[in-house]
Amino acid sequence: MARPSTLLALGALAAAAVACAPVDDTAGTAAPAPSVSTACTKDQLKLVNAGKLTIGTDKPAFEPWFKDDDPSNGQGFESAVAFAVAGELGFDRDEVQWSTVKFDSAFAPGAKPFDFDINQVSISPKRAQAVDFSKGYYTVKQAVVTVDGGKFAGATTLAELKDAKFGVQVGTTSLAAVQEIIKPGEEPNVYNDQGDAISALKNKQVDAVVVDLPTAFYVTAAQVENSKIVGQFSSTGGAPEEFGLVMEKGSPIKSCVDKAVDALKSKGELAKIEQEWLSSAAGAPELK
Amino acid sequence: MTAGPVWVKSEREQERERIRRAQGRRGASVATVSVIVFVVLVATVVTNAPGWSRVQVAFFSAEHLRASLPDVAEGFLLNIKIFLIAEPLILIVGLLVALARNVKSPAFLPIRAIAALYTDASRGVPTLLVIYLVGFGLPALRLQGIPTDPATLGIIALTFSYGGYVAEVFRAGIGSVHPSQLAAARSLGLSQTKAMRFVVLPQATRRVMLPLLNDFISLQKDTALVATIGAMEALRQAQIHTLDTFNYTPYLVAALLFILLTIPMARFADHLSERTRRRRSA
Repeated sequence: MARPSTLLALGALAAAAVACAPVDDTAGTAAPAPSVSTACTKDQLKLVNAGKLTIGTDKPAFEPWFKDDDPSNGQGFESAVAFAVAGELGFDRDEVQWSTVKFDSAFAPGAKPFDFDINQVSISPKRAQAVDFSKGYYTVKQAVVTVDGGKFAGATTLAELKDAKFGVQVGTTSLAAVQEIIKPGEEPNVYNDQGDAISALKNKQVDAVVVDLPTAFYVTAAQVENSKIVGQFSSTGGAPEEFGLVMEKGSPIKSCVDKAVDALKSKGELAKIEQEWLSSAAGAPELK
Repeated sequence: MTAGPVWVKSEREQERERIRRAQGRRGASVATVSVIVFVVLVATVVTNAPGWSRVQVAFFSAEHLRASLPDVAEGFLLNIKIFLIAEPLILIVGLLVALARNVKSPAFLPIRAIAALYTDASRGVPTLLVIYLVGFGLPALRLQGIPTDPATLGIIALTFSYGGYVAEVFRAGIGSVHPSQLAAARSLGLSQTKAMRFVVLPQATRRVMLPLLNDFISLQKDTALVATIGAMEALRQAQIHTLDTFNYTPYLVAALLFILLTIPMARFADHLSERTRRRRSA
């Protein structure tokens, strides 16, 4: 003789438990995966928004990756790469729409509001457990930027940087590089975004920041007066660190995006874009 | 005691007590059974829910707990340091501002106005915004003697932000002391200042202990906001681990540490209110 309210409560509890079923269990049974390998034409692709290719990146979008904080203008290395990949997949420029996605949520596990995200995300095995990566579209090195004439401006080895106070963005390979390769004596200041780390350098709250090399060139050229690149180094030690396009785990368009990146590489298109937007980003001294 | 008619419970009374005892026993056993049934039911429903194994892996992973605990705990020491320094500063600022708003003399209008402006500003601006403003804005001035350390800047920002709340709490306490108290003190020959110091403030402070502790519990949590200007405190350390592995156990570790910190404060508040209640009813 349970009361109706009790039954109602139990029912609600049961409903809540069922509603929490893992999402991809249902998705997995509903959508048979292979069939994507056959055609990479626009109408065959399973997209987040039908008929449109949705590309994610963070805001503000920094140079030299984007220009004027507007990813949709096709200017800047990553904007150009994104439109080139879209073109390979058969999308016109007006069939591409951009959505703002925070850097660290781009490669967190879960459903994604984009078909792919382009935001200087380095491919790493740990990240690849949470999301799918395309093949790399750019090989990147980390760089140390400091104030010209400062205590660490003349450093030629990583060991000389051990006493520096570093500023770096959270969740980046740059942070991993500081913690695992440079291993400074003092804990680094870790910021929510790159802009915060750079303003800390500007305000002399930190001695140096670590960012990827092309960003470092932009920082010294346009963002922080009187700053210089101390040098570049590899965050991995061995295998090169590459940027990849980020897709939701198990994305149906991964093989097509891979094909597009490969095609751009073999046609020399990627090298051309790199030449156009990142040519100044070469030739910083190596830090040993 | 002399012998007299010995009072015995009537049969009816004994019967009543028997029934009451039986009812009590039944009530207790029903409560026990219902608690057991409820706990078992919830436990089975939750652990058998299709997503449970994932919840367990994502939030309660022993491996990630071990990996992140030392760093998160080390970061947490910074949280403790920040609020231990900020709390006395906030008390001082709050009390001074509350007193400034209570100054009656017309000559002190500018002081009253500034104090009112401060409470409006500090309570109106989001704490996070104040932290950004102080954390990046102050060092950008590049003036001599301005700190660059994020923890120090965070303490300044939190003091600014919470000072307004605490000032209002003190002001409410001062307002709650009956005017006759002040009148009596003045008639005994105490100056305005002395009356405030020895008669009004002691009563006011006692009355606002609970809301003050409430603000401090809130402050303990808000020390995590200092992470945004670069401090390696508990939230940031947990975030670094989580962004490395996409396991959310480190966040839970940090949450647990924050709860552990607020519990003593909450119990202390309970103790104080209980003591006040006892003294009032005595």
